[in-house]
Amino acid sequence: MIPGNQIGPGRSGLIIEEPLLWERGAKGRCGMSIPESDVPQAQIDDSLLGEGPNFPDLSEVDVVRHYTHLSLWNFGVDTGMYPLGSCTMKYNPKINEQIAAMPAFTEAHPMLPDELCQGTLRLIYEMQQALCVISGLDAATLQPAAGAQGELTGMFLFAAYHKSKGKKRSKILMPDTAHGTNPASAALCGFKPVKIAVNEKGRLNADEVRELMDDDTAGIMITNPNTLGLFESNIREIADIVHEKGGLVYGDGANMNAMMGIINMKKCGVDVMHWNVHKTLSTPHGGGGPGAGPVCVVKELEKFLPSPHITFDGKMYHRKTDLPDSLGRVHSFHGNFGVLIKAYSYVLSMGEEYLRRASELAVLNANYIKEKLRGYYFLPQDAVCMHEVVFSDKLQEEYKVSTLDIAKRLMDCGYHPPTIYFPLIVHGAIMIEPTETECLEDLDEFIEVMRAIAEEAKTDPDLLHNSPQRYKVRRLDETYAARNPCLTGGQ
Amino acid sequence: MKELNELNFPDDVKYTREHEWAKIEEGNVFVGITDYAQDQLGDIVFVEMPAEGDSFEEGEEFGTLESVKAVSEIYLPVSGEILAINEALEDEPEMVNKDPYEAWIVKVKPADVSEFDNLMDKTAYLKLVESEFDSEPDSEPDSEFE
Repeated sequence: MIPGNQIGPGRSGLIIEEPLLWERGAKGRCGMSIPESDVPQAQIDDSLLGEGPNFPDLSEVDVVRHYTHLSLWNFGVDTGMYPLGSCTMKYNPKINEQIAAMPAFTEAHPMLPDELCQGTLRLIYEMQQALCVISGLDAATLQPAAGAQGELTGMFLFAAYHKSKGKKRSKILMPDTAHGTNPASAALCGFKPVKIAVNEKGRLNADEVRELMDDDTAGIMITNPNTLGLFESNIREIADIVHEKGGLVYGDGANMNAMMGIINMKKCGVDVMHWNVHKTLSTPHGGGGPGAGPVCVVKELEKFLPSPHITFDGKMYHRKTDLPDSLGRVHSFHGNFGVLIKAYSYVLSMGEEYLRRASELAVLNANYIKEKLRGYYFLPQDAVCMHEVVFSDKLQEEYKVSTLDIAKRLMDCGYHPPTIYFPLIVHGAIMIEPTETECLEDLDEFIEVMRAIAEEAKTDPDLLHNSPQRYKVRRLDETYAARNPCLTGGQ
Repeated sequence: MKELNELNFPDDVKYTREHEWAKIEEGNVFVGITDYAQDQLGDIVFVEMPAEGDSFEEGEEFGTLESVKAVSEIYLPVSGEILAINEALEDEPEMVNKDPYEAWIVKVKPADVSEFDNLMDKTAYLKLVESEFDSEPDSEPDSEFE
């Protein structure tokens, strides 16, 4: 029996132990019948020979039980509420999987000539159009394999644009509320990130941008809403300042779930943005195959987009490769097409009205949690938030209870913890993003649990220090794991 | 997390606003992070250091500290050339937590000793840390959307 009140939906169940696959298998077991080889023997180059990897010998049922057991220890959006801030862990509708599994898609070879894969090309074309409509921008590519590669593609576009203007620029402005990958993407493209601190309201100051923006600065990378969950209300003024100095504005689309159908990125002055389809457009966060990070741009940058461009002449869809200004390919074939089908399925299922409704509810839900937890947890920026809200452990400090303890206790109560210790500029941050797919009853239950934990922090802090207790493992030694990582099996 | 009175700030080192300490010995400057900094970061699991012979400007980032919570930049208190790095930290990054003033990170040949003289002394640094302990982040309701 675990001390403390029984709060939230979390309960203990039977935990099934599961060894590593190497400990499970036995020599000679096999999960499939392989036909006799009818390929004649041939000499192989010595350099290609050697000891193969140590794969365990397993039967089919070994493998199925192994992964089923592991999945029982797991927690996903299909298990319960997953309010991981900055990650938009919305429910992934199953129709997306159904559509993506259609043989017409799965069996279309990516090297089919245009006339034999019109459906594939049409989907890409229409998805590009849809992303342009939602963002307000003019042209798109679906090639990048993930948000970070979308950012990198965006930075290549910045570089190509400045090169076409005859001057290479070396720096890029980076608010400290930017997503962590932004400075990395810019640096990988050869730009030196110049940090801008946000003001006491958690937002960018136009004057600060004016001071730092010069003719050696390629532009600015802005995440809007920013990682404090706040809308950059000076965005248009900032974009004008950057444009006046010949720079470009990159809009990190990571937080688009707050904006669909409400904010026009082009009118905000954004020249390039990427989409995280696994956040905003309800595709799986890993585990469901590779991701995608489509990029939208203004008309002026269209010619630089990766090749091929998918075009439509009124009758047929084509892959256009004769593009002298294009960056070239950033991914083979159609990009990670399978996940783009799922995103397209979501966009069509929702339509304009319900995409806007999704964003409205995402913002409403975050603000509802903010108001209901006010006074229970400290609000570093007490402002109307967007789709996520940042609290901190400041009110729990006097009981020696930290953000980590609160997060671990939430696990026992049946929730995935929120994002913790991010954004870095908030000490002990607890970043909650409920998304639009939680109903009012579930939000209320989560709020009740968070309030109860705040009370437990006062009355029984050790309960929090000793959480979690209902999982297969207790509090892990993260420091030991980071200092002594064990990255191999079967040794 | 330690209370203010549990933190150790020796008299014989200088301090920066970014929470590094610097100590001069035989004309060379040793640089590390303060007790407050290591306490805020939590358990440090990796120290990324520059190469010997690299040169940096005053205030320039010369490496990073990775803790279980976050990765943080470390900035050089004085401009100069890296004479040595503390290689022991590669295997035992926890030394930064255990004894931050023994666990120097780099040894620098300063380009301009007056930069060292201009760093904060213990009294000034203590004030800075105190202010961080007291600071109430802005919690005035934002009227912008109302």
